[in-house]
Amino acid sequence: MTISSILQTLDYGVAPESDTAAREWIAAHDGTFGQYIDGKWRAGASHFDAFSPSTGEPLAKITQGTEADVDDAVKAARRAYKTWSTTPGHIRARYLYALARAIQKHSRLFAVLETLDNGKPIRETRDLDIPLVARHFYHHAGWAEIMAEALPGYGPVGVVGQIIPWNFPLLMLAWKVAPALAMGNTIVMKPAEFTSLTALLFAQICDEIGLPKGVFNLVTGDGATGAAIVAHEGVDKIAFTGSTEVGRILRRVTAGTPKKLSLELGGKSPFVIFDDADLDSAVEGVVDAIWFNQGQVCCAGSRLLIQEGIYDQAIAKLRARMEKLRIGDPLDKAVDIGAVVDPVQKDRISELVQQGVDEGATLIQPSWAVEMGGAVSNAGGDGAPASRSEGAALVKANGCFYPPTLLTNVGPASTVVQVEIFGPVAVAMSFRTPEEAVKLANNTRYGLAASVWSEDVNLALDVAGQIKAGTVWINCTNVFDAASGFGGYRESGYGREGGKEGLYEYVKAVETDKKKASAVKSATLVETGGEGYDAATMIDRTAKLYVGGKQARPDGGYSLAVVSPSGKRVGEIGLGNRKDVRNAVEAARAAQGKWGTASGHARAQVLYFLAENLAARGEEFEQRLRDQTGMTANEAKAEVEGAVDDLFRAAAWADKYDGVVHAVPMRSVTMAVPEALGVVGIVLPDRHPLRGLTAIAAMAVAQGNAVVVVPGASAPLTATDFYQVLDTSDVPGGVFNLVTGRRDELAKTLAEHDDVDGIWYAGPQEGRAAVESGSIHNMKRTWTMPADAELPRTDETLRQATQVKNIWVPYGA
Amino acid sequence: MATKTATAPHAHTLPRNPGTPLDLGAVEDVRVNRSAIERRAATLATRRTVKKNHQAAWLLQAVRCMDLTTLSGDDTPGTVRRLCAKAMQPIRPDLLDALGVKERITTGAVCVYHAFVETAVEALEGSGIPVAAVSTGFPHGLSPLETRLAEVEASVAAGAREIDIVISRQLVLTQNWEALYDEVRAMREACGEAHMKAILAVGELGTLRNVMKASVVCMQAGSDFIKTSTGKETVNATLQNSLVMVRAIRTYFEQTGHYVGFKPAGGLRTARNATDWLILMKEELGVRWMQPDLFRIGASALLYDIERQLEHAAYGRYASLSYQALG
Repeated sequence: MTISSILQTLDYGVAPESDTAAREWIAAHDGTFGQYIDGKWRAGASHFDAFSPSTGEPLAKITQGTEADVDDAVKAARRAYKTWSTTPGHIRARYLYALARAIQKHSRLFAVLETLDNGKPIRETRDLDIPLVARHFYHHAGWAEIMAEALPGYGPVGVVGQIIPWNFPLLMLAWKVAPALAMGNTIVMKPAEFTSLTALLFAQICDEIGLPKGVFNLVTGDGATGAAIVAHEGVDKIAFTGSTEVGRILRRVTAGTPKKLSLELGGKSPFVIFDDADLDSAVEGVVDAIWFNQGQVCCAGSRLLIQEGIYDQAIAKLRARMEKLRIGDPLDKAVDIGAVVDPVQKDRISELVQQGVDEGATLIQPSWAVEMGGAVSNAGGDGAPASRSEGAALVKANGCFYPPTLLTNVGPASTVVQVEIFGPVAVAMSFRTPEEAVKLANNTRYGLAASVWSEDVNLALDVAGQIKAGTVWINCTNVFDAASGFGGYRESGYGREGGKEGLYEYVKAVETDKKKASAVKSATLVETGGEGYDAATMIDRTAKLYVGGKQARPDGGYSLAVVSPSGKRVGEIGLGNRKDVRNAVEAARAAQGKWGTASGHARAQVLYFLAENLAARGEEFEQRLRDQTGMTANEAKAEVEGAVDDLFRAAAWADKYDGVVHAVPMRSVTMAVPEALGVVGIVLPDRHPLRGLTAIAAMAVAQGNAVVVVPGASAPLTATDFYQVLDTSDVPGGVFNLVTGRRDELAKTLAEHDDVDGIWYAGPQEGRAAVESGSIHNMKRTWTMPADAELPRTDETLRQATQVKNIWVPYGA
Repeated sequence: MATKTATAPHAHTLPRNPGTPLDLGAVEDVRVNRSAIERRAATLATRRTVKKNHQAAWLLQAVRCMDLTTLSGDDTPGTVRRLCAKAMQPIRPDLLDALGVKERITTGAVCVYHAFVETAVEALEGSGIPVAAVSTGFPHGLSPLETRLAEVEASVAAGAREIDIVISRQLVLTQNWEALYDEVRAMREACGEAHMKAILAVGELGTLRNVMKASVVCMQAGSDFIKTSTGKETVNATLQNSLVMVRAIRTYFEQTGHYVGFKPAGGLRTARNATDWLILMKEELGVRWMQPDLFRIGASALLYDIERQLEHAAYGRYASLSYQALG
């Protein structure tokens, strides 16, 4: 194209980034990659092709990792763990620092390789993915350095299996590798089969900086390879990012095993625009939310909620903005949208959009979208074909491209509003009030992220607090940093990546005094039996369930007798069933909203009052414990005194577990706020029949949860006595519910209940497996321990009782 | 020269912005989120770029859109004439030949103080290049209103076809929109046929929200262009404040159908700056706003860097400033 003709059109032309160095790197490996296991490259037996999504051409052959490969990798990681886990933090920091430096030194190679392999625009790999990768290693070099001071009493978990997705290949690798290495774990990593190349380059860099062999092992392959990692007994923890569907499978497969699990799953994140927002900036925010990375972003702002008064204007502005987007060759430096990762993904997007249209949605795409079909050669050398408008000019033949899309005329009931599309497709709905915005925002099974646009700080913070999501961006979107935790609520998974909150996924408490656990003194529960009951000398007491602040007879009308170790029948407890659990959860749900938003100070007052009333009845509780379990007087006294102390401690923490402001590298107050899970089912351990209620359940209550408690079996009448104390201590009805009965039956109902946000369970291994696999429908958080477990550490209980929400508030006059 | 296409750079083919009555609602509705503005401004030039022939063409377009400016206390008729000569032949003819450019390339205007309007008009005679005069107590705008209006009239009478007025910052800082509207209206009247560019002095308005509010009022008062700054403030044109003004122009256009032009000034010194601002215009307003009747860059040194880049485009070697004719 001549300069004179360009002067007429003033179009952009082409601006390709060279891929020579990346192709040379592939060629240097003869186009075929092995796996990196125990510090050595191992040639593979069978391979599959890695394709460039923007052209459809094969890029390289990738090894299909086998079970034997995984086994060798896990064994290598286990051998390396001995040394790596005891390597001083400072030395681990040096390695992480070297990795960060190495990534920066090879930043363009990484960026180009990622773009070739994944199809995302070079602008994004160059300006976002790779800089964030380096930042993650720098930040975690720091955590390695200060681990002993920052996390006293914690040590590494062991061998970690990590499975990452294809949408941010190297970035997701960094999010998992950096904290794991920093905390002293060793790794078996599997990248997504669509995108293995940057992980392979990363392995090469690990080798170049002299990372000890076996510390980082890379196996490549498809889901079968991943399954082998998950199933491997030598793996202590699985960290996974990917679809909720696969996350569920992982939870089920690992159920009942000692494996720690963190899952970062799907989303359908709301993007809320109020009528007092900077609308032009909000529209630009939509570009960054859903037309970033082809919309293949788990936290993409894909559900636009726009206040009704500005809805038409916003849609008009979005239409105009879409028109200016450019799609095509991701190596072109002036492209906004590159290629979708694979034809499978593109087909899924097309099908869902078609389904949306079939259900009545209005399809909005740029006018140039019609020009995207068909192969067009890039005629004219320097210029793009004149027949195409600028938006579609850079689309390549055989590439996998899907145009930016907006669907209007949809409602919460529409499929496209409910389902994660994982493509450049936004849906738009209107709302009237902040309250309705929150309601619509939360009307989803997911809870990964949200974006809120308003120039009114009162409004924005109010709404941010109410949206159930792990990250809330105010007047920004898709902003990430290593110093801030990222992860989901609800079906978006659990665990955090980044920030101090993310480190806990890769540590466990170091057991200091391993004194031999004594046998639990316990009553037994029988349908009939026990001796020593005499109606002439004692008035019958009927222990009931405690639901919604009221004593409730068990729905089934059955009881179990509580028989002491000496064979004496101490009393009966109600035999709760499914319906009793249902009622208790309903009561808890109804109470949690108000309790969760009450001030920590107010909750503490209730807990102090509870302690006061328990102490007043201390002797009675001591006697009852002795009657049921055969505890000595001293043991019973210690249990009651401990319980009073626990309640003080719970009260103390009620207004002190209060989060941090993260030091992110931008002008933003980024608040990590621990929020209550919501409704928590708690099946208590047997060892401390009273202190289970006070140290575990009351701690959950102190953080704003409403609980449905199944007391331990060792002294259930202590729990039913406890509701009398609850009754007299201003505990709002529904906050603390007690259902007695057969542990595993009740636990199963709680685990499967979709309106329970977390379940804590103490019991035998099969019971733990049942609870963990029972949790998969709503992906509630689980915390399990043996039936005779000692009381957990307070900090562990506090973490389990809360989930961290990061609220980003960029500011500036 | 006769063979070259005569595209008069000053050709104003669009109807002028007649302004609207003062609409305080539109002023108060203004919302500007600084962080979001910064993010967009920072990514404008990373989302788009122009290379090779496209870069050369865009740089030539930047020259066409340039108000080649001298606003120094030590200006003399001699320096102004020199500048005018450069405006008429801003790029060495051998470079244009090497680039295969047949179009006539001149700057969009020459911008001087009132004292040099006549000199410039005379020097530019026959070129079609308009003379722009800075006016109304430039750069501070604090002389009496009558004096300021008289100055506008005098510059128009001396042959200036464009008048760059400065607004009273105090009226923005005290949110006195009625007074600002009235002043700018009066200046527009005084301009008559001459096109008026309203200089906001964005660096002295405190917030980006004020920048946008002042933009709205100046457009309502009938400005043909809104301009960032005098070049004399500590902060002059930035992509952030320019983005805010350009969006104000877009909203005004959407609401009224009237075209208003944009002129960044002060601080654009490199060829890269020039293409960045052209990208801003194209992305936020469209190609129509990349033409000299709707886009001007107030600059002086910028031209030399552009010429240097064009020399590289023409010959493939890096150039020395001493090979570019001074203005």
